[in-house]
Amino acid sequence: MSEHLTIGFLPLVDACLPILAAEHGFAAAEGLELSFVRDVSWATVLDRLLYGHSDAAHMLAPLAIATTLGRGRPAQPLAAPFVLGLNGNAITFSPELAAAVAAPERRLGDPDLIGRSLVIEAKRRAAAGRKLRFGVVHRYSSHNYMLRYWLAACGMAPDVDVEIATVAPPFVADALENGEIDGTCVGEPWSSVAVERGAGQIVLATAQIWRRGVEKVLAMRESRLDERRDAVEALIRAMRKAGTHFVDPANWQANAAILAGPRYLDASPELILRAISDRLVLARGTPPIHYPDFMFQHREAANFPWVSQAEWLYTQMVRWDGLTFDAQDAKNAARVFRPDVYRSALAGTGDLLPGASSKVEGSLGQTTAVSAQQGTMVLEQNSFFDGRSFDPDDLPGYLGSFSS
Amino acid sequence: MKIAVIDESASRASVIREGLAQLDGSEVFVITERQGLVARIEEIAPDVVLIDLGNPSRDMLEEYFTVSRAVSRPIAMFVDESDEEAIGASIDAGVSVYVVDGLAASRIRPVLDLAVRRFGAFARLQADLDEAKGKLAERDTIDKAKRILMKGRGLSEPDAYAELRRKAMHSGRRIADIAEAVVTAHELMGEDE
Repeated sequence: MSEHLTIGFLPLVDACLPILAAEHGFAAAEGLELSFVRDVSWATVLDRLLYGHSDAAHMLAPLAIATTLGRGRPAQPLAAPFVLGLNGNAITFSPELAAAVAAPERRLGDPDLIGRSLVIEAKRRAAAGRKLRFGVVHRYSSHNYMLRYWLAACGMAPDVDVEIATVAPPFVADALENGEIDGTCVGEPWSSVAVERGAGQIVLATAQIWRRGVEKVLAMRESRLDERRDAVEALIRAMRKAGTHFVDPANWQANAAILAGPRYLDASPELILRAISDRLVLARGTPPIHYPDFMFQHREAANFPWVSQAEWLYTQMVRWDGLTFDAQDAKNAARVFRPDVYRSALAGTGDLLPGASSKVEGSLGQTTAVSAQQGTMVLEQNSFFDGRSFDPDDLPGYLGSFSS
Repeated sequence: MKIAVIDESASRASVIREGLAQLDGSEVFVITERQGLVARIEEIAPDVVLIDLGNPSRDMLEEYFTVSRAVSRPIAMFVDESDEEAIGASIDAGVSVYVVDGLAASRIRPVLDLAVRRFGAFARLQADLDEAKGKLAERDTIDKAKRILMKGRGLSEPDAYAELRRKAMHSGRRIADIAEAVVTAHELMGEDE
């Protein structure tokens, strides 16, 4: 008998794995029937998850943690047994701002160089009485945290020197066009939409800020995960198979066409293909550039929910919400990521399972072999652009390093 | 009590407004425009904000409420946790509710209940309308199929209809479905009506 799961999502390319698991029959092969609910705001995706309209949801990883910690609404414990992908977002400026910071059109910018020019431009604009404004998709998003991490590392105080506002992804191009914002950090295809309209130029990929930055997760209510544990484990297996399919160049066109459909992203397959193939057009009318691992959905056990990723996100929440470090909150945040469920789902399938559940993030300057449950696995460079690394055994120390 | 209704569907907003106007001592403001939403909210300074679940401005609005917590009229997503059931009902109906901190639950409850009923009523109205539209479209298709049979097989109108009905009864399908098949087949054969 087949089990049924309803999954909430926002129209973004990184909702791909559950969608393709359903479309290519990987879910059916696991005895699962999936249905999808598309929404246009994260608030509604979350409401549906909390009030039982959906069993699981495509969700911003920091929002899953914020919900668990009760930031902005009463605390409700969420669980993330699967990371839907790493990175896949771009920092896009209006053509005017891109020109002001001399962002190249035919290659991605250098985060240090662009950052240095941006500091000067931000000061100039603030002095002229109108601070630079950036749009991010949500307060509790990796987009917000990546943008702030970069700005702060370049010497800016994001809450003082610029303004950061929330703009829903489908309206980012409009907001750039009408001057509501000067720049954005947003997931695909929405930067590409802005590029095509001549409203924006892609300046950086978030993968340049943190080479292996955690992005969306599959989130569930903790209690629902317990009730539907078998179905969730089946879904994890189906999504791993969908991932193998997704990263195979032979399937890029077909998958872009599926995701572009009216029930899913309802967007142009050509623009979706850019993200899937890591080939981005940075400015309208220029040839695409190839930036490997712009999106990172599968290799190196990319879907494994490293506890250290959740802890890094918690440190950023402390940093940007102006909280004081709280050991119990840190523990609760860490517990949102559920490597135990991921392992149990994939045990015996031959899939790659890391030996540890936590790692020093950003410590690998080059390809490194680490221990797996069976043998070893290879992890590539995962550094932060400023050369810092994050040791999950010392969160207060890491936080302290930013205040000096 | 000031209630702001944010809904890009002007017709639904007016159905909600009409319902809420029945509440004593309430003043209802409808906002259908996305542009300048926050400025409008600031101007109104509402005690209660209702926004439909399909509204793309929700994240922006919640961000504003979060920031507004630092100012004089903090607005929160939920009253308190004992209202879970009522909130669940509102989510089911398709509306989310934000209230000014400290507003008594006894004053919020009637607003919430009315909003839920009105959203439900609007959804039923919409469903009826869709059904009526569907019926109308079906009648068109049946007429078309009848004309095809009358022309192609020289039947009278009652006979053409009887033929459709006979086929429908035989195959356990609806007359409208048979008519649809006739019209599609006719189009595939490249024949004009």
